[in-house]
Amino acid sequence: MHELVTLRIAARALRKNKMRAALTILGVVIGIAAVTTMVSVGQSANGLVQGQFQALGTNVIVIFSGSRHGGAVHQGRGSSPTLTAGDSDAMPVDCPSVLAASPIVGAGGQVIYGNTNWPPREMVGVGTDYLTVRNWQLRHGGFFTERDITAAAKVCVIGHTIVEKLFQTTNPLGETIRINNIPFRIIGILETKGANLVGEDQDNIVMAPYTTVRKRLRGSMFNSVDVILASARSSHRMTDAESEIRQLLYERHHIPPGEPADFEVKNTTEIAKVLGIVTGTMTLLLASIAGISLVVGGVGIMNIMLVSVTERTREIGIRLAVGARGSDILWQFLIESVLLSSVGGLIGVALGISGSVGITAIINALMKGAQWPVVVSFWAAAVAMLFAGAVGVFFGFYPALRASRLDPIDALRYE
Amino acid sequence: MALIELTDVRKVYMLDEVEVHALRGVSVTIERGEYVALMGPSGSGKSTLMNTLGCLDRPTDGSYLLDGEEVTSMSRDARARLRNRQIGFVFQNFNLLARTSALENVELPLLYSPRVSSRQRRQRAIDVLRKVGLGDRMDHHPGQLSGGQQQRVAIARALVNSPSILMADEPTGNLDSRTSKEVIQILRELNGQSGITIILVTHDQDIGRNAKRTLVLKDGWIVEDTTDFSRAVGALHSHEDAPVPAPHDAVGAVYRSR
Repeated sequence: MHELVTLRIAARALRKNKMRAALTILGVVIGIAAVTTMVSVGQSANGLVQGQFQALGTNVIVIFSGSRHGGAVHQGRGSSPTLTAGDSDAMPVDCPSVLAASPIVGAGGQVIYGNTNWPPREMVGVGTDYLTVRNWQLRHGGFFTERDITAAAKVCVIGHTIVEKLFQTTNPLGETIRINNIPFRIIGILETKGANLVGEDQDNIVMAPYTTVRKRLRGSMFNSVDVILASARSSHRMTDAESEIRQLLYERHHIPPGEPADFEVKNTTEIAKVLGIVTGTMTLLLASIAGISLVVGGVGIMNIMLVSVTERTREIGIRLAVGARGSDILWQFLIESVLLSSVGGLIGVALGISGSVGITAIINALMKGAQWPVVVSFWAAAVAMLFAGAVGVFFGFYPALRASRLDPIDALRYE
Repeated sequence: MALIELTDVRKVYMLDEVEVHALRGVSVTIERGEYVALMGPSGSGKSTLMNTLGCLDRPTDGSYLLDGEEVTSMSRDARARLRNRQIGFVFQNFNLLARTSALENVELPLLYSPRVSSRQRRQRAIDVLRKVGLGDRMDHHPGQLSGGQQQRVAIARALVNSPSILMADEPTGNLDSRTSKEVIQILRELNGQSGITIILVTHDQDIGRNAKRTLVLKDGWIVEDTTDFSRAVGALHSHEDAPVPAPHDAVGAVYRSR
């Protein structure tokens, strides 16, 4: 028998029971839609996280102070964080692949100018080369000098948002703002950078010398810094830069070879990769849960196909009597169930795509300024479609086999 | 060579661990173009014989040569092919596909025969529907047709593959006497004009007398094989007059209720 004819017979059988066919495929529709949505949203989250780190700069290496696993803590250093500004200063000097490095010390607080105030998203203490590391430019004014660092000078550089919020009319350069009641003179204004991928305004920033932040805002007497950001001379030299930094810090921290380091060197791609694994696992988990509904949908198809075979026993008998072979009957019912599940899959994919677009839109609306990328995973859609077809074959096979094995006489006599 | 040659055909069913002897050694030869009535009381084995002749069922023992081919040793698929090419069925309850047009019902056997294009299929179905006088009802579903019309659709379906045998199992059982006559008239014409072999199963003597030859079955045996219908009637009555039913007849009743 021609395959096309079998397809037509199956399609005709389904058309005769539209309501039932629709309800049957509902399970598969929901399953496929859920899988597609989950995978798409998961990939969207992944893209977001990756993008955030890419925004930091592609050649950027992040050096964290040591995680305190037992033997890594050196005597005489105490248990305080291990990175110092000296480490940062030594990097461009001793590591040929490192272009620049800057210590980072974080702080928080309210910025006050005149009778207005504003909470910057980021208040960060940096070194003289920070802008080089981040590949960021100044729009007006200048940046901190070595002298500012040494003196822990009360100077700052502000982002564009701060300018907008606090200085509607006046020229901010040379004005004094107060942070935690300490006056800071504005010496520079940063070039606008816009929002990052989570929608965080990167221009909502106040920078000051790290020494100033550490001493005056944090009131810390220690010599340590939170993190060191370094940049490689080019993306090809990332690996070299990392190993040079690692070697340098081993020497500077007097760690014998073989001992665990008291610091961690990560490049942004690596960090993004780790976070990618996390979001990937989450995606997989969500997709698996969604997959369960797909299996339930498959069982629904099997159930209806079994009912359909029983209900149409006489029809099968008639077909057998006029010369249909067992395999013809098998194909008819198998194609019917595959048709059901594929149509369900198609609708499910369409729903899933609009669902993921919708969810991203909702997230973007709820989180002010967030810009989750809309990722329509065609890969996931294709796999979901294939899976839907497989569900049809898998759950349709047994009913079809039962139909094909019916005895024509019994089938014809069936009431 | 005879079209149908049955030699000592036996059929034994197992029903709840009881052996049911539906056919106890039937031998009969039917030539091409014959019009044979299979008669007998309920449980006589005529349905079993009909299913065997129609290649729907395989005998337990014996030989069945259809057009020179041994059917008993054939696979399921081979018998399906044989049914498709050689045999057309007409049933008591019409057995048409519901919610399917008369035309599509008639096309059905052709769907399972290779090398028939969809245009040929349609054309042949239309031709044969016209032949049974339903040229104006082709798009009607069985539910929209009278019993007589439905049976004519069934006859058209049986004829569409130009089979050599038409098996009619109580074809008038669900019809009133007027439409019964119509159906019988069609069968007679088919046999007379097209020379198609007809095997008619019935317990109705008024229908059975239309055949040229009558086989009377009783308890799984052929008790009469005659061209003289009055003799067949005699054989039937002798059965009815039998006061004590044979033990296997009770078992036959069990089989029928299957």
